[in-house]
Amino acid sequence: MELFNLAIRNIFIENILLSTFLGMCSFLACSKKVETATGLGMAVVFVQTITAPVNWLILNYLLAPGALAWTGIPALASMDLTFLNFITFISTIAFMTQIVEMTLDKFVPSLYNSLGIFLPLIAVNCAILGGSLFMAERSYTFPQTMVYGFSSGAGWALAIISLAAIRKKLRYSNIPNGLKGLGIAMIVTGLMALGFMTFTGVNM
Amino acid sequence: MATSIKKVIVDPLSENNPITVQILGICSSLAVTTQVDTAFAMSVGLTLVTAFSNLVISAMRNFIPSKIRIIIELAVVSTLVIVTDQILRAYFFELSRQMSVFVGLIITNCIVMGRLEAFALQNPPGISFLDGIGNGLGYSAILMTVGSIREILGKGSWGGIVLMPQSYMDHGLNGLMVLAPGAFLCLGLIIWIQRTLIKKYETD
Repeated sequence: MELFNLAIRNIFIENILLSTFLGMCSFLACSKKVETATGLGMAVVFVQTITAPVNWLILNYLLAPGALAWTGIPALASMDLTFLNFITFISTIAFMTQIVEMTLDKFVPSLYNSLGIFLPLIAVNCAILGGSLFMAERSYTFPQTMVYGFSSGAGWALAIISLAAIRKKLRYSNIPNGLKGLGIAMIVTGLMALGFMTFTGVNM
Repeated sequence: MATSIKKVIVDPLSENNPITVQILGICSSLAVTTQVDTAFAMSVGLTLVTAFSNLVISAMRNFIPSKIRIIIELAVVSTLVIVTDQILRAYFFELSRQMSVFVGLIITNCIVMGRLEAFALQNPPGISFLDGIGNGLGYSAILMTVGSIREILGKGSWGGIVLMPQSYMDHGLNGLMVLAPGAFLCLGLIIWIQRTLIKKYETD
């Protein structure tokens, strides 16, 4: 139940895009068509669900103070390597996206064809790195991390698909020249964030 | 070369601003702008990281195989970000705690990667360094504007100095400006004003 609450909170209340602003660049660039937005959204859910737990394992068994105790060497056990977290997390993410891409290509070609072009983009999507960094900062347990990875990805997907749907309708409206494109997208996102804030306090 | 040096520094300030025109680095410009001092720290951090990563990558540009360039770029950028983060933690601990994960997210900030790909890989080190500084300044200009508006309207102060009369603050913080929606709306309006001034419109 606690995990379910965590999922609800991360999808609706603390939506990774609408309340912590992560992944804005691809959010604005890829939300012109609903199909593209859905593809990218799915790819983010997929990669986030895999990388957050993997980074948890790396953080807790290699980097955190005392994490190397399992090696049995006293000198290693007292080491604190947390300052290396940025470089290890980003390498893991780049590595995992590559592995996911190759695995999909080999075993699930139909899924690869629909997600394929988006996977490389994800390595530099800040929602993924941000997810891993939040996981470290909030010191989640392993099950919580798994739920967090999936739900923050799902929240991101929900936001980008909704924006794509709204932008599709916006195409027929008469917008002032300077506001076209980026400007109106920002304002619509602001109104969406306002809407999502009404979920604050929802608890199962 | 004299004209082009001026061009790389001045252009990003308005004509080719990284945030409002190139649509790069939106995430952090929204997240750290609830008050002026975090916005300023982020601006300095990002300007230095962009400038030095441009310098390093441009110095190595003839030796980097194009297939693995992304991972090399990420390695250089994350090393620089680790240095920035450690300096912030050592000398400005309170500030670095407020900025939480967003210092780490400079790695995936699209401005850094975007300038590396678009400029540093084709140009010699000196001019690339200046290009990094120029884009960093363009980014800082927007960040400081958004930060000032949000802090004055949201908290009634600027950089900690109280500006608004007491009656404005009688009901506590102005939630709309302090929380997420205000950031989106504020940046949306700035984009509108700026694009109207330089008459650069998106055609959809």
